Amino acid sequence: MSVRQLSPDQPASFAFKPEYSERAKRIIAKYPAGRQASAVMPLLDLAQRQEGWVTRPAIDVIAQMLGMASIRVLEVATFYTMFELHPVGQHHIQVCTNLPCQLRGSDAVVHACKEKLGIGLGERTADGKFSLMEVECAGACVNAPMAQIGDDYFEDVDAASIGKIIDALKRGEKPKAGPQNGRVHSAPLGNFTSLNDAPTPPPMQDLGAAKAAFEKAKADAAAKAAAPKT
Amino acid sequence: MTKLTIDGKSVEVPPNTTIIQAAELAGVEIPRFCYHERLSIAGNCRMCLVEVEKSPKPVASCAMPVAEGMVVHTRSDKANKARNGVMEFLLINHPLDCPICDQGGECDLQDQAMAYGTDRGRYDEAKRAVKDKNMGPLVSTIMTRCIHCTRCVRFATEVAGVQELGATGRGEDMEITTYLEKALSSELSGNVVDLCPVGALTSKPYAFSARPWELRKTETIDVMDAVGSAVRVDARGREVMRVLPRLNEIVNEEWLSDKGRHACDGLQYQRLDKPYVRGANGKLKEATWAEAFAAIAAKVKNLPGTKVAALAGDLVDAEAMFALKQLMSSLGSPNLDCRQDGAAVDPAVRASYLFNSGIAGIDQADALLIVGADPRKEAPIINARIRKRYLRGGVHISVIGEKLDLTYPYHWVGASPDLIAACKPPEGSKTPMIILGMAALTRPDGAAILESARRVAEQTGVVKEGWNGFNVLHTAAARVGGLDVGFAPGAGGKDTRRILDAASKGEIEVVYLLGADEIDTAKLGKAFVIYQGHHGDKGAHRADVVLPGSAYTEKSGTYVNTEGRVQRAERAVFPPGDAREDWAIVRALSEALGKKLPFDSLDQVRAAMRAANPIFAAIDSVTKAEWKPFGTAGTIAATGFNYPIKNYYMTDPISRASRTMAQCTEEFVMGSKARTGTHG
Repeated sequence: MSVRQLSPDQPASFAFKPEYSERAKRIIAKYPAGRQASAVMPLLDLAQRQEGWVTRPAIDVIAQMLGMASIRVLEVATFYTMFELHPVGQHHIQVCTNLPCQLRGSDAVVHACKEKLGIGLGERTADGKFSLMEVECAGACVNAPMAQIGDDYFEDVDAASIGKIIDALKRGEKPKAGPQNGRVHSAPLGNFTSLNDAPTPPPMQDLGAAKAAFEKAKADAAAKAAAPKT
Repeated sequence: MTKLTIDGKSVEVPPNTTIIQAAELAGVEIPRFCYHERLSIAGNCRMCLVEVEKSPKPVASCAMPVAEGMVVHTRSDKANKARNGVMEFLLINHPLDCPICDQGGECDLQDQAMAYGTDRGRYDEAKRAVKDKNMGPLVSTIMTRCIHCTRCVRFATEVAGVQELGATGRGEDMEITTYLEKALSSELSGNVVDLCPVGALTSKPYAFSARPWELRKTETIDVMDAVGSAVRVDARGREVMRVLPRLNEIVNEEWLSDKGRHACDGLQYQRLDKPYVRGANGKLKEATWAEAFAAIAAKVKNLPGTKVAALAGDLVDAEAMFALKQLMSSLGSPNLDCRQDGAAVDPAVRASYLFNSGIAGIDQADALLIVGADPRKEAPIINARIRKRYLRGGVHISVIGEKLDLTYPYHWVGASPDLIAACKPPEGSKTPMIILGMAALTRPDGAAILESARRVAEQTGVVKEGWNGFNVLHTAAARVGGLDVGFAPGAGGKDTRRILDAASKGEIEVVYLLGADEIDTAKLGKAFVIYQGHHGDKGAHRADVVLPGSAYTEKSGTYVNTEGRVQRAERAVFPPGDAREDWAIVRALSEALGKKLPFDSLDQVRAAMRAANPIFAAIDSVTKAEWKPFGTAGTIAATGFNYPIKNYYMTDPISRASRTMAQCTEEFVMGSKARTGTHG
């Protein structure tokens, strides 16, 4: 993570589009009167969905909507790394390079992205269609390596498959999200490797038998106590 | 009460106290950076860790409430080890640049590193570097030194009431900044420099000018507004280097307004250091004291007293006004006034011109009506006190006047003062309060407004047995002192407005301006003007004879603040050149005029003052004023107020001469003005 600051290039103004404005109102209404500031994160997210990134005018507009000081909104926007403070491409590719992904080959994925798009990490293509970024753990280690594009997780990617995804996006198609190597969710590739047998009950599962054994032992003890001493 | 043991000492404290507060009561000092008793608790520096028995880990004492039977060790091995660790972490990124840091010698981190730090680090990594931020002309930033205690952020948000400072980013990348690096738009911004425990925020005007151990420290009071904040003047040689606030719970707590703190460089410029006499060519010429006195004597000696008048300014000490009043009465002149602005207060009734509840009385108020006052500009310290009261809750604040940004919300009654008659505090209010500003009293209908306010006060319980919430907020440090020595029109005498009228008509031939600069000097007409003061301001430009006096840092003088508290300003440096103490100038002049005043030393002046008005005997305290009728019934015009302070940073000769205040004016008052090519 590096120091997060507002982009030097800012649009002149910001206003929520009608459908977003409607959603913003619904979000604010969720919080009790006087607690509207709680809506700051969903509203920043909404602004990011509309513009692609969080702009300075958007921060001012949200501050005004929620009756907060702009600096308080800026604090939130700079704290959370998923709020983009710089313009990003239409398809924002975030490749995880944290340890599990790196062990599973994320370096090759990043390299493939760079080659394919002709941009480096943290950069945007000239046509504004793609931007590339490395991120810390996105929480999909079981399907490492992975890349997040927009809201979708593309998992089990490698150099070839991320290339195909980018090609598809370039053609304007919507590639299928999820594991790219044929896995179903996080199930193993091919056959199951564990839990193949029918499950066996754990010991002491048969309570009937246990109860019978217990009662028998009790009866034996009683019989032994009742037997005349010799 | 909760009983606990701290370092073997048993203490009893009220419940809801924190350990650090309890330790303070027990006389045990716990090191801290982020904790400050006047700010909310952040608990983020971890320097105040202590060992509490039966607690598995060291406890942050600033955030932990006391519990019955708690046993606290603040100096045990465990506590010390914890602090050593915290200090080591703090020093990972803090630069070791104390020799070039302005905080050096008065730095909390430096001091505590001596106590808890090690003499070598275990970290080879590069330290972080942080971009410096712009916080305006008063606060210099070296953000690499910041340890993220967030005291400045909490001060700006809570005390100053301007939500402009914040912490962006997080973890190692956390940075303190103002929104878009705008200057901090508060009249109390200088206080963040005092609060900063390291050298991240330092005073810009004072940058690299002195080390604390070189300075001679004088405890005195501030005269830039009528609050009378307790200050400490730090001087080196003949120069006042800086002004810092002193603790005074009943007046300024520990804050100081920006003007009080930073106008002190004005004491270096535009000074009158020699007597001047206007020559035949119409130009002021340097003269000796004897020549100046001779020029005055030639004019005054054969004149009837009624043709002489005196006006006292906003920064004058009570002794000088007392001496001049004596001189005027020996000349037979009843024409004297200390109210340059023509405020309609009644000099005969002390309760009519005091902030009767006292500044600390604001803490008890449960309803507040502000009429024609802009406390944020006229007395930032009092405004902060009102905001503190607002934050505690349960107070209803209303305003008659312009819709000003006072840093707290209020109910706006309307713009015109005729609405006051219908005002009453909300149902069940026990301690209501009215604050009457100079904008209301300096109008032609000021006396009617005063009367109307008095009637409302009497009828709505603002004034009653055991509570007097009728408050006049003055803007000048000398005003209450002047009224208390009786520097007001005598029998048949003229007040400021009439003196100026008479002077322009030629009825008054000699006008003595004792530091009076806030009058329309064009109205002095052809009168012979004597100006006694310390700065070459409006009054001196018009004067025919200039007598160089001394500023508030250069004499021992009595000032009475807006609540009627008699306070002493003490001499920190000597006045420049031939300038003298003001009472002594008047005394010397009296001899030249053949009306020798009966005192030869400051003690004798003060004894005479005490004899004339016993309130001057009670230094540092307030003599409660007796409630009597005052004001003149009349019609009140339904027009808005004309506030006296347009530019907070320049209100008197000292602040007008100050370069720092000029920068502030440019930044905050003329901010919208386009910058031209000559600006850097």
